Amino acid sequence: MRIYIKAGSEISGGTQMLLEKLSNASGVSGNEKEIRQIIKDEITPLVDEVSTDSMGNLFAIKKGGDNSLRVMLSAHMDEVGLFVDFIENGGIVRFKKIGGIDDRVLLSKKVLIGENKTPGVIGLKPVHLKGGNSGVTGSDDLYIDVGATGKDDKLAKVGDTVIFATKFVQSGDILRGKAFDDRAGCGVLIELLRGSYPFTLCGVFTVQEELGLRGAKIAGYNVNPDFAFALEGTTAGDTPTEKDVSPSTNMGKGPAITFMDRSVISNQRLLDLLVDTAKKENIPFQFKRTITGGTDSGAIHLQRGGIPSITVAVPVRYIHSPVGLMNKNDFDNAVKLMEKSLQRVPELA
Amino acid sequence: MELKELLKELTDAHGVSGYEYPAGEVFIKQAKPFSDEVKIDKLGNAIAIKKGQQTGDKRYKILLAGHLDEIGLMVTKIEDGGFIRITNIGGIDISILPGQAVTVMGKEQLKGVIGAKPPHLQEPGESGNIIQMDDLYVDTGRTKEELADIVEIGTLVRIESEFTELSNGCFSAMAMDDRAGVVVLVETLRRLTERKHDWDVYAIATAQEEVSGLGATTTAYEIQPDIAIAIDVTFGDGPGIPERRSNPLGKGVTIGLGPNFHPKITQKLKDVASENEITHQIEVDPYPGGTDAYSLQVSRAGIPTGLVSIPLRNMHSTVETLKLDDVKRCAELLCVFISKLDQKFQEELKCF
Repeated sequence: MRIYIKAGSEISGGTQMLLEKLSNASGVSGNEKEIRQIIKDEITPLVDEVSTDSMGNLFAIKKGGDNSLRVMLSAHMDEVGLFVDFIENGGIVRFKKIGGIDDRVLLSKKVLIGENKTPGVIGLKPVHLKGGNSGVTGSDDLYIDVGATGKDDKLAKVGDTVIFATKFVQSGDILRGKAFDDRAGCGVLIELLRGSYPFTLCGVFTVQEELGLRGAKIAGYNVNPDFAFALEGTTAGDTPTEKDVSPSTNMGKGPAITFMDRSVISNQRLLDLLVDTAKKENIPFQFKRTITGGTDSGAIHLQRGGIPSITVAVPVRYIHSPVGLMNKNDFDNAVKLMEKSLQRVPELA
Repeated sequence: MELKELLKELTDAHGVSGYEYPAGEVFIKQAKPFSDEVKIDKLGNAIAIKKGQQTGDKRYKILLAGHLDEIGLMVTKIEDGGFIRITNIGGIDISILPGQAVTVMGKEQLKGVIGAKPPHLQEPGESGNIIQMDDLYVDTGRTKEELADIVEIGTLVRIESEFTELSNGCFSAMAMDDRAGVVVLVETLRRLTERKHDWDVYAIATAQEEVSGLGATTTAYEIQPDIAIAIDVTFGDGPGIPERRSNPLGKGVTIGLGPNFHPKITQKLKDVASENEITHQIEVDPYPGGTDAYSLQVSRAGIPTGLVSIPLRNMHSTVETLKLDDVKRCAELLCVFISKLDQKFQEELKCF
C-alpha cells in the first residue's frame, strides 16, 4: 500500500503532474471524452475492472476482503464551460453557458473550442466606445473570436464545447488552475484507487454533475453500494466580503466534510466515521459551513432503498471561474482522511 | 527573427506606464542590428537612430513614435488574510478583471488570481452589478505575513495573457496596444537597411502614452524632427462596433485624416500606399488626441505630423487581437514613405 505523505511536506511529483493533467483536460458536462480517457489510462493498471455506462460514467472496481460489502466513491469529471450554439456570418461564434458561470468572469478570457482546441478569445467592445455606465454584458451578447472570416467548420461548429484556456501552475503550496471542481475530487479518487481495502470498492467518475447530478443518479442505481462518498472540490468562501458572514470553507484548513447541503443530509454514521478518523489520525479537517449547492451524494442517496452517503471536498477558491486556487496540503489530507476512513468502513456494516 | 516572434517577445515583456524599462530593453535588442545608435533615456523612452545617406549641412530628421507602455494594475493595500487591493494605471476596463490570472511582480513573482465569488455564494441579483475597483482584489493564496517581505504598496500586478495564434494570421495578447506599433518600428528599420533613404530616422518607443503622452512630448522637444509619424492601434471591427467607427482587420494599415495630422503628410501616405499597392484604409479622426500624434504636432514651433495605425479588436483588454498582415503593411508603407522624403517635400509643408 502506498504511504501518504504528512500534511505540510512536499507533494509528490507524481500527484502534482496528475493534478496538472486533470486540471488542463477538457470535459464540459455532456462531453467528458478527453478527461475520461485520461482517467481511464491512469486507473486501468490500478483496479480489477474498468467499464462505462450509457451516459459515459466511468467505473473502476477494486475487489478486496469482504465481497458482500460495497463502497462507492464518486467524483465528477465534468466541468462548467460553454457550448457553441450559433455561428454568425463572418465567423463570430456565439455560445450558451453550461453550468453555473457568472457572466462577469467571461469577458476578455482565452478559450479553446471543440476537439481541435481551436484558440479563441471572448471579445468585447473597447472601453473607449462603451459610453457611460453600460452595466454587465450578458452571455447572450458575448462572442468568441477565433480569427475566422466565415463559417469554417474546421475552426468551430455548432455543438462544440468550449473550455477556458487556463494552464495549471504551482507556486509553493498553492495550486492554480481551472476545473478544480471537481478534478480535485478525481485526483483524490485516483490516489485512493492505489490502495487496497477490506471490501469491494467501486470508484465512479461521473458525468453531468454540473447539469443536475445526472450521471451520479444512474451510477448510484447501478452500483447499489452499501455506503457512498462523494469527493469534491468545494467553495472556499474565505475571501473578502462586505458583510461578516462565516466562510463556507477555508483554504488550507483541511478537507471539508459536508453534514448537509441543498441536495442531501449526510449519513450520520459516515459523518461520525470521518470525524472520528480525522481526530484519531490527527488529520486536519473542517465542516462545510454553508448549505448551498449540491453534489453527487444528493443523487446517490436516493437510489433504490436509499444509500448512506456523504461528501468530502477539497476547498477551492473561485470555482466555476476560469481560474481557481487550492492548497496542496488540503488535497493530501483529503486523500489521507479518505484512505484511513475507508479502512474502517467494515465497522459500520 | 520572424515578425511574429518579435511581437511575441515584445508583448511578453512587462512595461506598465512609468515602468517601461523591461519592454524598452527588448526593443533595443531587436532594433540594434538595424541601427547606428540605440539608447534608453532618463524617462524610459527607448531610442534607435538610423542615419540616412544625406550629405548636406542640415540633417533632415523624421521621428517615428510607437508607444512602449501598457495599461496595468498596482497594489494599494495588503489586507488581513493576504488579500491585495489594487488600482489601475491607464484606462483599464474593470469589467474584464474578475477571474483573471495575474502575476504580482514583487521581489519574487507570485502567481495569483483576481477573485470572483462563485455563483453558489452570491446574493440574488448580485451578478447583475459590475464589480467596482474598490471591491476587487488579488489573491495569491498567501497570508499577510507571508507577503510581507515580497509585496508592498506600489508593487505592479500584471494580468497574464499568453501570446496566442488564432486562425487566419490573427494573434491575441495583452499589450498589443502598442507593442504592435513598436514592432513596426523594428520592422521599418530592418526594411530600410535594404533601401536607400536620405533622412535620418529616429525610431522611438515612447514612455507613458497611456497616461500623459510624456514620451512623445519630451523626445520631440529633444530631437526637433522635421516630420513626425505616430504609430498606434485603432478600433477593429466586431459585433456591436458601429461600422463607421471600425477598421476591419486584414483590410490594411489605416492612415489618419483630421486636424491632428498635416494634410500633406496624410496625402503622401495615401499616395505612397496606392502607388505601391499597399492595402490601406482611411481613419477619420475629428478630434486631436488618443495617440502620440497629439503631443508631437505642437512640440516647439510645431511639427508636421501623421498617424498610421493597425486595426485592433478588444482594445484595452487582455485579448487585444490583430492581423499580422496589417503590421507588415504598416512597416512597408513607412519604409517606402521614408525613402521618398526630400528637401522639397519638407519645404512644401509650410505652404498652405
